[in-house]
Amino acid sequence: MRIALFITCFNDMMFPRTGQAVTELLERLGHTVEFPQGQTCCGQMHFNTGYRPETLPMVRRFAAVFAGYDAVVAPSGSCAGMVRDHHRVVAAQYGDAALAEAVEQVVPTVYELSELLVDVLGVTDVGACFPHRVTYHPTCHSLRMLRVGDRPLRLLRAVKGIDLVELPAVESCCGFGGTFALKNADVSNAMLADKMRHVQETGAEFLCAGDNSCLTHIGGGLSRLRTGVATLHLAEILASTEGDGR
Amino acid sequence: MSGADNVVWLGTPAFPEAARTALADRRLRANLRRATGTIRDKRLAATAELDDWEELRETAAALKRRTLRHLDQHLLRLEETVTAAGGTVHWASNAAEANAIVTRLVQATGESEVVKVKSMATQEIGLNEALAEAGVRAYETDLAELIVQLGGDRPSHILVPAIHRSRSEIREIFQRQMGKWGRPAPEGLTDDPRDLAEAARLHLREKFLRAKVAVSGANFAVADTGTVMVVESEGNGRMCLTLPQTLITVMGIEKVLPSFADLDVFLQLLPRSSTGERMNPYTSLWTGVTDGDGPQDFHLVLLDNGRTATLTDEVGRQALSCILCSACLNVCPVYERTGGHAYGSVYPGPIGAVLTPQLVGVENAASLPFASTLCGACYDACPVKIDIPEVLVHLRAKAVEAKRRDRLLPTSEALAMKAAGAVLSSPRLLAALERLAASGARLVARDGRIGVLPGPFARWSGTRDTPAPAREPLRAWWRRTRGEGRTTTEGTGR
Repeated sequence: MRIALFITCFNDMMFPRTGQAVTELLERLGHTVEFPQGQTCCGQMHFNTGYRPETLPMVRRFAAVFAGYDAVVAPSGSCAGMVRDHHRVVAAQYGDAALAEAVEQVVPTVYELSELLVDVLGVTDVGACFPHRVTYHPTCHSLRMLRVGDRPLRLLRAVKGIDLVELPAVESCCGFGGTFALKNADVSNAMLADKMRHVQETGAEFLCAGDNSCLTHIGGGLSRLRTGVATLHLAEILASTEGDGR
Repeated sequence: MSGADNVVWLGTPAFPEAARTALADRRLRANLRRATGTIRDKRLAATAELDDWEELRETAAALKRRTLRHLDQHLLRLEETVTAAGGTVHWASNAAEANAIVTRLVQATGESEVVKVKSMATQEIGLNEALAEAGVRAYETDLAELIVQLGGDRPSHILVPAIHRSRSEIREIFQRQMGKWGRPAPEGLTDDPRDLAEAARLHLREKFLRAKVAVSGANFAVADTGTVMVVESEGNGRMCLTLPQTLITVMGIEKVLPSFADLDVFLQLLPRSSTGERMNPYTSLWTGVTDGDGPQDFHLVLLDNGRTATLTDEVGRQALSCILCSACLNVCPVYERTGGHAYGSVYPGPIGAVLTPQLVGVENAASLPFASTLCGACYDACPVKIDIPEVLVHLRAKAVEAKRRDRLLPTSEALAMKAAGAVLSSPRLLAALERLAASGARLVARDGRIGVLPGPFARWSGTRDTPAPAREPLRAWWRRTRGEGRTTTEGTGR
């Protein structure tokens, strides 16, 4: 299967290791991964902050750059959700018929990582090994926008050596919310404090999620408080093997 | 001019600032956490009992959608049936008109006091204040509304307006204020819930037995039969609806349902979603007037107050499907921390954040659509499937548009977004930014972490470390290790 990696702008700049992990993982499973260099951003920040006309070039670019693949994978629930739920809206409101058609073509090929693995590639045991205590935070957009359900947990449960512990109040939002963290910094902090308390209650060494943006928010707080809990994208755990010595 | 002047409380700061005040109140946060947590669990248990819960939600959403599409016809039919049953229908296009109608009706009875059934519509129009100006005293009789009224306070929740108050605070309010409004609190009042309820019962009984005029809202009204309905838990509403001679009901025009059978759907959804009960204890229905039984004079005031304007918005109009159950408030992580006052409106929480800006004009409540992380818990809880996150982002776009229109110079945010938009639309500029960020980070990062960020980002870095941008972004790593990727798309890479 010919799979295009949509790394997302945030991961590209901040977390290239996540993209490398997705690539390693999919290649290990016998698939070809391509990285279209013309890719940029899904437009989520602009769209969710109210700057809709500004998202049009990004929507246009996405539809052009990722046309024609068997599947497009994004290691981000919220970016995959943006493409799936909102690119049509932008195309209809600001684009033309050709763009609307291009968006219709590309949207059904776009998957968040756990969806691609479980639904399209039909695997839950990806041959990973990660002998550590891990807790998983289902990010809101993967949970309630994409409805990935327990797919990430099924993948994690199949990882060799992992000690997976449930996070209390697991479905509560961490308080990131993109520009919300800046516009409503105090509420964001209050939510973050509760999420960090729950993470620490698990005694986990690693907090795992399918979105590095939420992890940057929670991990940033955990780092500031010197908790010793590290954050790790789902892809990086799934890419880990026995030889890694992690 | 929106005509909805009383929906927003004048003088309340924008949400972020009001939220900061609320967050600093530890007792408030503890009260809210306990209360929302309890209702949340009860709701989950009550909704899980029904196998067809999702079908009920779908049905309700479709019913509301269809009703709103032909709202004019249903309202005219309601006017006909209510009139035929001996009631009188009044039309109010805004708060001032509705208040004037109710005031005139009360004055015509010669009375100077009214008892009130808990009602959002009358709060929305500021009826109590308008009546007070005309020398008419309005007594709230819902227990929680009584607590709010005696405390000189504002409601902070749609269903449980005194959710921000603890039992000891309520006892203190009763002891201090009841005497000023009527029968004082009993000597030695404790904060035991039974004691508090008994004090309220004694205080209110006096009012029920004396009142000649009652004012209510309505949960639903049936166009085909002219039947109006109020659901409640305490029976205090039933007292108001049956004992006085005159009953005046103020109802938002979106509350009409076409036929009696439609109640079947909503009476399953509403109690389970709002109080987590299978059925609410008191359901009162009345159709016009009945000789020798209940109020002999019934007036129904149909209130627009920004609703028609809301109906014209194809995305936003779904907010009018709301049945005011407040499930979205109880599941909202933002509401749970700030409480209702921070929203500066009688409609707090997620539904308030989409309803208030539409009723008053988004430019008059521009911070509310942003008072959400878009986590989506509200949509999942909504019994009529209002896609609140969808409406929130829709209203954010309208808020940004309004700023663009009303200001001579763009905001700094708009300039930043424009610049970011240009960079994020071009792989060449994005790669250049990545190189710049990586070299900049090398100057300020310690152990790969950045402690303090400049400008608006200081609000972020006050509590969080930020990882340094990667020395080698993924696109550079790919190019170095694997070449160009897919050359056919290079044509689009300016």
